[in-house]
Parts: sequence; C-alpha cells; structure tokens
Amino acid sequence: MENNQKLTFSRRGFIKTSALAGGGMLIGFNLFQACKEAAQPPVDIASLNFNDFNAFIKISDDGYVTIFSPNPEIGQGVKTSMPMIIAEELDVPWEKVHVAQGILDTKNYQRQVAGGSQSIRFGWDALRQTGATAKQMLINAAAAQWGVDASTCSASQGVITNANGDSLHYGQVVNQAAGLEVPENVTLKETKDYTIIGTDTRNVDIDEIITGKPLFGLDYTAEGMVYASVMRPPAFGNALESFDDADARAVAGVIDVVSYDNKIAVLANNTWAAMQGKKALKAIWKADGTLESTADHDRILNEILDGNSFDTRREDGDVAAAFAAADEVVERTYESPFLPHNCMEPMNFYANVTADRIHLVGPIQTPAGTAARVAQLLDRNAEEVHLEMTRMGGGFGRRLYGDFVMDAAQISNLAQKPVKVVYSREDDMTAGIYRPAIKYRIAASLKDGEITGYHLKEAAINSNMYGLIPHFFPAGAISNYKVDTANYQSNITIGAWRAPYTNFLAFAEQTFFDEIAGKLGKDAVQMRLDLLENVKDNTDENIQYSGKRMQDTIRLAAEKGGWGNAPEGVYQGFSAYYSHNTHVAELAEVEIENGYPVVKRVTVAVDCGIVVNPLGAKNQIEGGVIDGIGHAMYGDFGFDNGRPTSNNYDTYRLIRMKETPQVDTYFVDNGLSPTGLGEPALPPAGAAIANAIHAATGQRLMKQPFVNDLEPAKMKEVIGFTVPLPGQMENC
Amino acid sequence: MASLTITINGESRTITAAPETPLLWVLRDELGMVGTKFGCGIGQCGSCTVHLDGNAVRSCQLPVSALEGKKITTIEGLSEAGDHPVQVAWKEVDVPQCGYCQAGQIMTASAFLAQNPSPSSEEIRNAMHGNICRCASYNRIEKAVAQAAQNS
Repeated sequence: MENNQKLTFSRRGFIKTSALAGGGMLIGFNLFQACKEAAQPPVDIASLNFNDFNAFIKISDDGYVTIFSPNPEIGQGVKTSMPMIIAEELDVPWEKVHVAQGILDTKNYQRQVAGGSQSIRFGWDALRQTGATAKQMLINAAAAQWGVDASTCSASQGVITNANGDSLHYGQVVNQAAGLEVPENVTLKETKDYTIIGTDTRNVDIDEIITGKPLFGLDYTAEGMVYASVMRPPAFGNALESFDDADARAVAGVIDVVSYDNKIAVLANNTWAAMQGKKALKAIWKADGTLESTADHDRILNEILDGNSFDTRREDGDVAAAFAAADEVVERTYESPFLPHNCMEPMNFYANVTADRIHLVGPIQTPAGTAARVAQLLDRNAEEVHLEMTRMGGGFGRRLYGDFVMDAAQISNLAQKPVKVVYSREDDMTAGIYRPAIKYRIAASLKDGEITGYHLKEAAINSNMYGLIPHFFPAGAISNYKVDTANYQSNITIGAWRAPYTNFLAFAEQTFFDEIAGKLGKDAVQMRLDLLENVKDNTDENIQYSGKRMQDTIRLAAEKGGWGNAPEGVYQGFSAYYSHNTHVAELAEVEIENGYPVVKRVTVAVDCGIVVNPLGAKNQIEGGVIDGIGHAMYGDFGFDNGRPTSNNYDTYRLIRMKETPQVDTYFVDNGLSPTGLGEPALPPAGAAIANAIHAATGQRLMKQPFVNDLEPAKMKEVIGFTVPLPGQMENC
Repeated sequence: MASLTITINGESRTITAAPETPLLWVLRDELGMVGTKFGCGIGQCGSCTVHLDGNAVRSCQLPVSALEGKKITTIEGLSEAGDHPVQVAWKEVDVPQCGYCQAGQIMTASAFLAQNPSPSSEEIRNAMHGNICRCASYNRIEKAVAQAAQNS
C-alpha cells in the first residue's frame, strides 16, 4: 500500500491513441479505474468527448502538449497538480504544457468527482503510466526513424536522443508515434529523478483569475438566457399554501413566475430584478412537519448520549471491565452546531430544457449523479442530458448536492426558457444542506498512570460517522476500545462538509487527550507518541493510519514549532489527526492580547507522501488550518422553529484577516505515494488552538464555537466590525 | 427604467436600468463584465469591490443613479495587461485557491496601496479585513499586498 517504487506497469488496455487530422497525436486514457476496452480517440479535437475516456493528452507537431484535466476544480489545485504528474513522466518542459478543463459529457465516464481528497491518490498511477507510455511511443518512433534499438535512446525535456548523439524533439516524431502500437509495459521514473513533481508550480488559471475573466458558473451566459430567483419555505417543516405574485410581476424586468415543489421562482431579464421580484412575492406557508429548534436538538442529543440505544461500530477488549477496574474514569461531552458551507460563489446553475436536449452548465462536484437525477426528475432519457462543469467558487462539500441543479432544470422546463438560477446569500445559507449538529461523549479509564479503556459515543442529526472513521486513532492504541453511534432523524437537510465528521471528532478527541495528559502528568506530545507505539505492529486492515508515520509527523511539528520551548507569554497547544489517508500534526501558539487569547501562529507537519506541487499543497494546508480555526472559533448556526438563526454575514461570522494566524508548513519527506490535501489539515486545527487556549487561560473549551464561551464581552467586540459606506473605504 | 451614462474603465457607457439597481448587477448582467463578483449582497464580504474615483467601494451597495460623473474602475480595467503591481504580486505569491473572491481582494488592495504606498503589516491586515476569503488564503493575501508595496 505504501510502496511508491513500482516501476513497471501493464497498460491493461486503458490507453488508446490516434493520429489527429491536423497533425499530432491524441492519447485517451482512463483515470482511477481501468474500464471497458475503449474505442479509438477521435481524430478531430473538436469532437472530444469523455464517453470512452475520461482524460486526454494532445501532443502537437510543434512539441506543445495540451492536457485536458478531467477533474472539477474547486480550489484544491488538481487542475495544476494532475497535469504535473503526466508532464513529469512524459518528460516535457512545463512551459510547453497547456492545461484545459475537459468539457464533460456525463455519459459513461468514470470518477469525475471532487470529494474526499482522493483525486491525486487515485490518479497517481494512471497519470504517471499514461505520461510514460506516451513518452515511450515517441522514443519508439524516433528509434524507428534512426534505425536503432529503442533501448539505446532516451528522452528528456521534450527531446529524444540516441547513442550517436542525434536528437529529435517530440513534435518531429509525434505523427509517426501516433501510428505505433501502444507498448504493453513502461518504466516509471524513480522519485530522485523528478524535475516537475516536487517543484513549486503556479495555479494554471492564475492569469484569468487576477484579471477577472469569466471562469465560474455565475459568469456563464447563453443566448436568450433569463435569471431566476427562488423562494423556498422559510422554515424546515413548512409547506406552501398559496401565493400572490401580482406585485412580483409588476417589478420592472420580471418576466414570469412559476411554482413547483413548495417553491416559487421569479424569472427576470437580470439577477437584480429576479431578486427584487422574489422580495415582492406574497406567500402563505403552512405547517408540514415539526418545527425544530436548537434547544430541541440539544435536549434530544443529550438524551441519546444518556441512553443505551447505540450502534457499535468498533469494539476491542472489554471497556466495561477496564472502567470497573479503573483508578479514575474521565468523561467529557463535546458539542458542535450545524454549519452552512458558505462557498463564496453562491449556488447557481444554468439549464436549458428543450424537446430534444437538456443542457446544464455550472459548478457541481458530482456531474454524473446530478445529470442522472435531472433525467429522472423530468422523466427524460439520460442520453438527452448534457452537463458541462465550470470552475467552482469553493465547494467544501456543498456542491456534491445537486439541489440547485434540480431548481434550474425544473424552472427551465416550466418556463420553457434557458434559465440561470442564482441563489442570494440568504438562499444559500437558509436553503439547507448543513453539517449536522453533533455531540460526542468520550470516557477513558485511567489506572496506574496509563489509559486502560476508551469509549466514544456519537449522537448526531440524521446520520453518523461512516467508513473507517471508527478505526481511526486511538483504535489499536488502546486495548479496550469502543465506538458507539446513534442519530436523531430531523427534517433539516444535512450533508458532507469539508472533512465530514472528523472536522469535529478530531477536536473532541484531541482536546480530550490533552486533558488526559494533564491528569496523568504526561507531556501531551510524548503521550501521543507512546500510544502510537502500540499501533506499530498493527495487522488490522481497518486501521489504516500508521503508528510510525503519525509519530514522524508529530515529531516534525514538535521540532519545527519548538514544542516545550515557548518564549515568555506564548502558550502552546498540540493536536494530531489522520484523515483522508494523510497524517497531520499541528502546534498552535496563543498569546494574550487585551485580555483575551489570540492565535498567532500554527506550525503544521504533514505526511501526504510525495508532494506533487509544494506551492499548491501549502495553500491547501494554510487554508485548511485557518478554515478549521475560523469555524471552531466563530461558526454558529442554529434553528428557531425550523428557521435558520442567521442568513448572511451580518449575523454569521467567518474568519477574516485580522483573526488569522501565520501558518508554517513542513512536509514529512518519505517518498511514498501521494495522498489528498483538500481536507486533512482542517480537523486537527480546533483542538490545537483549544489546547493552546487552555495553556494560556486554564479554560477547557468543549463547545463550538468557542467565541460564545471565551471572554464573551471582549471577543464579541470584534463581531461588531461594520462595513464602511461608499466613499469611506480608504482604510476599510 | 432610466438611461444613464457612466464612466467605466475610462469608457463612457450608456445603460438602461432602474435607478436603484446596484452597480454590481449592471456590470455583470447588462455590460457582461463578470470579473466583479456577487458574494453577499449586503456589503459584508468584499467580493464585489470596485474603485469609485479611486476609492474601494462595494458595488452591491452602489445604486447606478449615484454614479453620473464618477469614474468606476473594475478588475477588467485595473491594468491593460494584467500587470498592475498588485496583480503581479498576486501571481508571484500564487494567492488564489478557488479564486472567486480574488478580484475583490485585488481591488481593495490596489486602492489601499494607492493611498498608503508603504503600509505596516498591521495596516495591511486592517485594510484587508473587510474582504472574506472562504478558502482562507489570508496568509498569501497579506504577503502579496506587502510584496506589491515593495515592488511598486
């Protein structure tokens, strides 16, 4: 599993090539899984589709390479890092590589999903193998031209050379290469020979981003397109009884009003008019289910934790016996609220439903599943649905759900017009899909200075921790171990939110261990290292974190951050967590300013194997840490009789510049296969700062957001940030 | 509906819009200048920041009727070739993740540096505090603003 140096691969029929009509070669391949024996790639680049392959490389006869990046870009950097892996094995200078987003036709393609931080991990082998295969074909073509054995030739930087000192660049042999058989086996580079992987490489869309070019779903327009603003029930548990749209229709620019599924959509010839039209709607809502409040959830989750109805997800040894024999049992309860995703680009989508075709364009993390749902919703043949993805202004899990695509499709179908649905920020925050509110109760038995048992109970809204999470640390490190889950079924819609479950579980667990270390009089870092020693000989395949890798990561963070050597007035907190196949350790530093704790610096150590693009990887890590701090500190969202308690940034606080610490990132250098980075830096952040705050003030934080419990009067002053009026913006 | 003439990126543009329409939507939907982004609609996030006579303002809060005789600069007009010192620094530092808020960040930073060419670190943090970056690229935004100040 951890071995990177698998030097030869069989192509297993997943790579096909064709000569392009205008010269050059097109290579089609399938990422993530070898699929059915595929057809030939098209000879005309304009007819590229992703039915038979999910990725393409074009090598032109001028030596330039175009890589059609297959995965959606939500800011995680795969549009840069995945092509870097191909270019490395193809051995072409990065300056000669152009990266284009593959326009995705959703029929039959494989894994074109951004989620779970898995793009690089799953693509690693196929991307390298494809690049190496193309390179070998170019070498073979040159060797044939020279009449020498291919094994005496080599290629580097887009140039093939032979033993006689002759050279040809890729463009000179690409037309011949296109006619050759695809080699069965190719040799991959050794890590030490990498010239692109491991170098700082800028985001391939940087020029478009800094000049404001249309890249995002919200920027998309089409001939005849109108804009729609959708009114939804104001509370979970409400349904539409009736509405009066006379005033809405009177708003200048409003074209039509349609209603479906308890929603009312106002169509207009610009976004502003559609939003004004929505405000002018008069709707009457009726009760249609329970109207839940945060106080209800609080009570219900506590009742679950106090009860005995759990589903056991992992059980080792005998926790009850360990607890009975303990010197002391420590039990703590940790609480988290619902959270909205708050992508900066609000949910939006374009749909044009016509008699023969359904055309969908916009930002979506799950194009295939969403296209299928639209077909089902409108009772149409899946073949008629064509979905194109745009760049996404953030995802964080929200764009895994296609509810806004369904809105666009329904409205276009009803109005018989091409429609762009645009959520206002208020729609975006109140229409649902939230991280569920969760409580964890953790108990540990202590005997003779050691932890002898560990029992974690989860009470969550609507669903529970999934997959291998119950087998994360400290599974395997403590012999008597048990994880129990239970949930309450609510009518509030929930979903994945960056690092699902672990975004809060890591806080609960890692702050609990900090407290236990204090009780046992142990150093918080050394206690973790000692516990991880127990996992080194692990043979349980459900336990996928590595005791050694986690120890190395912890040691790196402790060393670089100066654990135990804080200057006067600087207070440290430590946290370490494995998720999404990546090991992360964080050391936070807090200082007291004006009477309250301020996070000044976080030192992060990450083991994500080989770092494909350090510049992009660090951006993910800095963002993940600050995002984790921001939501732990400020993210507060609840319900009052089914209505969300906040709906925009005047009442919902996101972390801003002045609250942001400096993040210093270090990578564990071990040459192992790369793993994901979009999520794993986030989970440890909350505990790192909570533990540092404890060191600074003695206060144990157990409920998020911390701001509600922490020096309330002083912390809340910062919320009162007011936005200057136009003309008063000089210094913001 | 009214017909109004406003100056955007040095060009005089005649638009037809209800007078209270925010500049943001006129830029995006009427003029097809989509570099200026919609984030919150209440002036809290900074994604829609443009320059009004050189000052950074929230275009979602700016009715077009107030703009006659004023000069508007958007991200599209900040520089001819995308080489304003702030844009150059943004590229050197490789600031963006998703990239959505960055036009607003750049417009805030460029107006700020025009008025305070040699800011302290604290002044930079104050100046950029009004712009939300949900991907939290704040360390790089701070660094890029400092670098732009040094380079210009």
